[in-house]
Amino acid sequence: MNIFEIIGPVMVGPSSSHTAGAVRIGFVARNLLGEEVKEAEILLYGSFLATGRGHGTDRALVGGLMGMKPDDYRIPNSIEIAKERGIKLRFGEAILKEGHPNSALLRLKGESGKKLEIIGESLGGGRINIAQIDGIETNFSGENPTLIVHNLDQPGHVSEVTAMLAHKSVNIATMQLYRSGKGGRAVMVVECDQEIPEEGIRWLERVEGILKVTYLKKAEDE
Amino acid sequence: MAEYHSIRELLEICECGNQKIWEAVMEQEAAESGLTEEQVFQKMERMYEAMRLADENYDAELRSGSGAAGGDGEKMRAYNASGKNLCSPYTSLAMEKALKMAESNACMKRIVAAPTAGSCGVIPAVVLSYEDCEHASKEEIVQALLVTAGIGKVIAENASIAGASGGCQAEIGSASAMAAGALAYLQGGDNEQIVQAATFSLKNMLGLACDPVGGLVEVPCIKRNVAGVMNAVAGAQLAMAGIRSAITPDDTIDSMRRIGNDLPVCLKETSTGGLAVTESAKRILEKISKKNL
Repeated sequence: MNIFEIIGPVMVGPSSSHTAGAVRIGFVARNLLGEEVKEAEILLYGSFLATGRGHGTDRALVGGLMGMKPDDYRIPNSIEIAKERGIKLRFGEAILKEGHPNSALLRLKGESGKKLEIIGESLGGGRINIAQIDGIETNFSGENPTLIVHNLDQPGHVSEVTAMLAHKSVNIATMQLYRSGKGGRAVMVVECDQEIPEEGIRWLERVEGILKVTYLKKAEDE
Repeated sequence: MAEYHSIRELLEICECGNQKIWEAVMEQEAAESGLTEEQVFQKMERMYEAMRLADENYDAELRSGSGAAGGDGEKMRAYNASGKNLCSPYTSLAMEKALKMAESNACMKRIVAAPTAGSCGVIPAVVLSYEDCEHASKEEIVQALLVTAGIGKVIAENASIAGASGGCQAEIGSASAMAAGALAYLQGGDNEQIVQAATFSLKNMLGLACDPVGGLVEVPCIKRNVAGVMNAVAGAQLAMAGIRSAITPDDTIDSMRRIGNDLPVCLKETSTGGLAVTESAKRILEKISKKNL
């Protein structure tokens, strides 16, 4: 265990799970969208819903959606800042069948009209898990470089992705495959030890049968 | 190089290398993270600076989102300034700083989780007040923080530093033990005295419930930071007098894990037991829900 998980992180209070973790969920969601958020529907579940307001969970999520880090002193005022920037916000309750007690469902629309829906879970100590993207189950922290590929459920797409990573000398830390049904839509989540070069991502986007490529850079320290 | 996952292993590494605890903690962290020892020291120095800044930025006018927290640090400052305080100038100042930091946290100001946000007042209060009252150097304070981190790492690996899994003993208890070790170090204690101080303070907090009103990091968390400070002073004083704990440090940490597992769920940050379900708590919650309507 790293000693700066014991003394640290530097964060805006009052809670590492309900505040710092919520900022991280918003931050990762914005990076997954890949552009400035213009509209956000923020739905809370469990303890996030019950005690979120007192912990500033709503403001923490909004701060993260604008690219703020857990130690950003503007987090208490993030909702006002978002309004000044013309970002439309709507808050409510998430209805989840089986959610982690600290879950948030975010429906985002970016400046180009791009849409993203994610469920993020705050696991404690500021660590998070992205549990769902666009209705498909996932399981990653956003702490490592992460590649998310939406594709048609056809033979060969996994090898295309792994071949590209091998070509770019990127080592795979974890890899998860999900699909909506046989021959339907599939999602690959690949956590890597190194950053993936831009041209590798661009190449994948042009491959037939690959519908959407999202790349999340490594979370910057501090 | 040898790793440490217990207090015994940490002391053995120190003995083999003829090192102080902070030096062994720094060396181990450098080996694990790939940073140089100098970079590890500098990183801890930034934690110290963030603590100092958070202490200086205390705002007596701020109130928490619930309206239930804020302003008590200022009351303590005024009482200390009156000269009628019961404790020594050092202990009085440390109590004041603990309240201020914990209130700042409740009011969404920037703090350093040490080891958690809810217990963020204890360690800064103990070391910053020491720097102010006893004229310790900044380097010594950073060394003391490395001591706290080493003790905290062993507790986290063998028990817990999360109220949801171990109760408040895991948060204020851990912070208090870590702070006691720092204080013994700053007072010139040797490695054995440092871990003895931590052991006394941890033992005294075993079994403490995590029962926050409304799930908020306010009642009783803020004032428990003060208790953590006083208990750290007691632990360090016992160790510096040469008194030894009948239970070893590692046995104490093991007990903390077992007690944490044995604690009912209603006393582990679920706000379904203890202080959280009292009539007083209900009145606070009614006020909060009116405020939020």
